[in-house]
Amino acid sequence: MKLLLAGVVSLIATATCAAEITPEARRSGYDFAAAATRAMQDDDTANPGMLWVLQGETLWGTKAGAAEQSCADCHGDARSSMKGVAARYPAFDLALARPLDLEQRINQCRTAHQRAEALVWESADLSALTAFVAHQSRGLPIAARSDPELGPAIDLGRSLFQRREGQLNLSCSQCHDDNWGKRLAGNVIPQGHPTGFPLYRLEWQSLGSLQRRLRNCMNGVRAEPFEYGAPKAVALELFLMERARGMPIETPAVRP
Amino acid sequence: MARVLLNVPPRAQRGEIVEIKTLIAHPMETGYRLDNTGGSIPRDIISLFVCTYNGEEIFRAELFPAIAANPFLAFFTTATESGEIVFTWTNDHGQTQTETRPITVE
Amino acid sequence: MAEAIRALVAEAPLFHGRVKLELPSIVENGNTVPLTVSVDSPMTEADHVASIHLFNQKNPQPVIAAFYFGPRAGKARVSTRVRLADSQRLVAVAKLNDGSFWSDSADVIVTLAACTEQ
Repeated sequence: MKLLLAGVVSLIATATCAAEITPEARRSGYDFAAAATRAMQDDDTANPGMLWVLQGETLWGTKAGAAEQSCADCHGDARSSMKGVAARYPAFDLALARPLDLEQRINQCRTAHQRAEALVWESADLSALTAFVAHQSRGLPIAARSDPELGPAIDLGRSLFQRREGQLNLSCSQCHDDNWGKRLAGNVIPQGHPTGFPLYRLEWQSLGSLQRRLRNCMNGVRAEPFEYGAPKAVALELFLMERARGMPIETPAVRP
Repeated sequence: MARVLLNVPPRAQRGEIVEIKTLIAHPMETGYRLDNTGGSIPRDIISLFVCTYNGEEIFRAELFPAIAANPFLAFFTTATESGEIVFTWTNDHGQTQTETRPITVE
Repeated sequence: MAEAIRALVAEAPLFHGRVKLELPSIVENGNTVPLTVSVDSPMTEADHVASIHLFNQKNPQPVIAAFYFGPRAGKARVSTRVRLADSQRLVAVAKLNDGSFWSDSADVIVTLAACTEQ
């Protein structure tokens, strides 16, 4: 009897996990985009996201704050110092005892080291700096989260990904684990990997962060979106990066 | 000064037809959108783009609100002699931005 | 749209052909649609495209853009990105240096994105 019960329990557990995409079946949103959109991403001279990367490069060398320091003054050439950074963010910040995503880390530097005001979420400057830093990891695989401190946040992110929400009562998993590859209006549903953020979204006609995109998703199911920088938002980002471990960074990607 | 991405082949053979690609950061505000209070956001678009090659106009574009934000224009020219390619964007209010790129023709 | 085209062409005949308007039949997102328009022309001093005009049916304004060339262009071919408010027809009209008009049209389907800002 106990054996039968254990068998049933394991079957239920397996059924939940069966929805997860196997590592070999994972594909970037790039693969689901139309040919014209892919062509836009592939050409650095025609990719609108590169306008923000260029802006970020300028900001990198611009002195700011009471400390009159630029990013370059501490970090030198971003091509070497920032290589691999985006691939391992969000990362655990020991001092704050919570995970921070890349935008938050940049603002951390701004306030603590440059002694400047934090940049506003989705502002041109923050988007540009984040795009510039993330771009230095283009081509590199997203790192598996090995820091045990991140465990609870990853679990929170996973549960947020799998829970139904909003007036449409849909979970992220239902579209992006169970129905990827099928169409929703004019677009093909991708698997929801954050390989190219910050990215140029054709819908926005602008470059935006992963959190902005997640807010759009939550609006899509008529749920109240997370506030920018909320712990749940960062936990979800973190889970998505862990789910996409090994996939190469594409920043700045172009997506519909 | 808005960010620009310009692609002019630095070198070309005399008589070769080359593609020039241009991208400029601009919201191309149509004038049809409404803000949060219901008031209309005023139109603000780049309405004219002119490209010259050693002073001679090789391409001109009149743009309307249907052109997407961060306007992208790719066109062709024949590489005739070395010199300068000059790009000028003009908005509704007559303000301009000019960029220059060299081209070497052998 | 017809009026806008008439304003350009006036009483001259509008031939269909020589112009190729390339854009996807189902656009991925109506806010940014890449398109290319080209004209089969030798682009010589004697025989070249003077201008290409792009029209649309359902946006608030019928004209999308006008492109002007000379014989130095080498190729009468332009790529750009446009906004399309709804499923509609686009028309490209080329004016040649001899004053004749040639055109092509394309019907596109535009849907709203599933997950937007509001």
